Amino acid sequence: MNILNETSTSAAPVRLDVCTRASSLREQYSLLVSIRRFEQSLLDLFASGVLAGTTHTCVGQETIAVGVMSAIDRDRDIVFSNHRGHGHFLAYCGEVERLYLEVTGRAGGVCGGRGGSQHLHYRNFYSNGVQGGIVPVATGMALAGKLTQTGGVTIVFLGDGTLGEGVVYESFNIAALWHLPIVFVIEHNGYAQSTPSALQVAGDVAARPRAFGIPTVECPAAAGATGVLACASRAVDAVRAGGGPQCLVCYTYRLAPHSKGDDHRSADEMSAAWARDPLIAARAAVADAAAADAIEREAGDRVNAARLRALAPAGAKA
Amino acid sequence: MPTVLDSLNQSLHQLMDADERVVVLGEDILDPYGGAFKVTRGLSSRFPGRVFTTPISEAAIVGLASGLALRGLRPIAEIMFGDFLFLAGDQLINHAAKFRWMYNDEVRVPLVIRTPMGGRRGYGPTHSQSIEKHFMGAPGLWIVAPHVLSSPGELLRQATLECPDPVVFIESKTCYGRALLSGLPEMTTTVIADAESPFPTLLLRHEGVAEPDGLLWCYGGMVPHCVDAIQHLRAEEGLSMDMAILTQLSPVPFTHIRRILDEKTPALSVYVEEASVAHGWSAEVLAQVQEQMDPSSDRPIRHERIGAAYHPVASSRELEHASLPQVRDIVARVLECF
Repeated sequence: MNILNETSTSAAPVRLDVCTRASSLREQYSLLVSIRRFEQSLLDLFASGVLAGTTHTCVGQETIAVGVMSAIDRDRDIVFSNHRGHGHFLAYCGEVERLYLEVTGRAGGVCGGRGGSQHLHYRNFYSNGVQGGIVPVATGMALAGKLTQTGGVTIVFLGDGTLGEGVVYESFNIAALWHLPIVFVIEHNGYAQSTPSALQVAGDVAARPRAFGIPTVECPAAAGATGVLACASRAVDAVRAGGGPQCLVCYTYRLAPHSKGDDHRSADEMSAAWARDPLIAARAAVADAAAADAIEREAGDRVNAARLRALAPAGAKA
Repeated sequence: MPTVLDSLNQSLHQLMDADERVVVLGEDILDPYGGAFKVTRGLSSRFPGRVFTTPISEAAIVGLASGLALRGLRPIAEIMFGDFLFLAGDQLINHAAKFRWMYNDEVRVPLVIRTPMGGRRGYGPTHSQSIEKHFMGAPGLWIVAPHVLSSPGELLRQATLECPDPVVFIESKTCYGRALLSGLPEMTTTVIADAESPFPTLLLRHEGVAEPDGLLWCYGGMVPHCVDAIQHLRAEEGLSMDMAILTQLSPVPFTHIRRILDEKTPALSVYVEEASVAHGWSAEVLAQVQEQMDPSSDRPIRHERIGAAYHPVASSRELEHASLPQVRDIVARVLECF
């Protein structure tokens, strides 16, 4: 309760420290753990009935959020995220308390509680909940950036499941034809909700953007946040230099259910996946076990503080 | 007088000339073709960096417009045939129309989607519909329809520069070549517009007739037919039907309807649209009229709705003619009431 008392006296909402290209492995690990703690707490809050509606967590996919967001220039680049966007959002701006307020439908939320989990806007960050529909909108933002010469790059997040939507290919086509400053990031987690990729994606995922002449780099799951950052930095730099659109296919695995309790994957599959949890490698990269423990403690405390402040009755925060 | 097409084309030229934020996109809009109905003619030659011919990708066209609008530009997109708006339905309803409200009013989405609607050209079931009713009632989306008694170019300017939200701008493909009318003989014209509903409604009343026989409500491509019908009824039958012509179809211009009823409550209220009437524009306007009536009034309004037959628009000239509302249908229905 010390944390609650301390933070309650401060007017500024609790924030996470975001990462840039210059961030250390420890800073990356802190952000990864913070996103993980946030997402796990949402699942707990649903289970206990505090949260209503729905949510889509990125447990297991945090390295993509941290890697890609570390590569951008937040002053001029634009991010368009999707239904599974909490990690992207937190890695973009760190506004963890305001995200708690938003998903719990409170006035102090990022969008005043109107948007909720899937419909966020903060500075140059946007998200929407319909599969694929954000892709042409992001493409239009990239066109706006090109016309007004902002020098900005637009990042749009897709999943392998999104590849079933036709408007994605309309957007690939136009982005390539018009040489637009956009990076398409496909998070390939192997599932579209409950349906494995083998039942819903034909052929080679990376071949799809390549068919439109969009340079595409595949980033293995084992690359971690550092590997994603390296791929994303090259893509963002190439786009900013005027090279037209780029695509990243980031392989990953969703360790939590699609939304809340709806998971029918086998125990064997899940235990094998947890053994490959990217946070294990990220912790090991910190090298010093005591330091890693401290990072986890500090990240957990901060996310906890944000949650307690956000969920406190309105009068308690005065 | 200039035609509807002239008015729209001149307005686009003026908008692009006056405001660098205005960009135009759509299919086949480059010169020398200049768009399927030639509304964008001359723009690509004069403003080459701001006119974009697109692939056949209606959803992406509307999505691009949303992205441009969210980032400070004033896109005007053309969808070649109104029927194709369905391809962009998700973009209009789940994206463009929702962004402002769901992002807590922190963004604006000032885009215009221009599109020609309506039949009478023999284009058949998929190029002749009036499908705007399917988009009416979506919060955040404005539906505006110019007509021959309005200034289509001024409405387009208003939609582009003064409305902070997405506007679907319904043009009548049979009206492009018609000359604009400044008014109707022996009728007075009142323009009704206010801050809540800025796109003007015209109220046309027969001069010197204190007790008209009824009021006819219409919009867009039905206006010339309705004008012919009320002129025929006046000249041949001695009946005085006043007219209310809406340009703001959605949100329903509640205040305009209120003002019209305050001035005079008609005994007969006739609603004419080119689409089938089921779940349509006329149903909503009728409901508004009835709801705003004084419930203690001992003078009930007789309501009559006129629209297309309840099946797709036919390709055959004869079948199409029979299925869409004609002047004689309007005249006959009014006469049935007396």
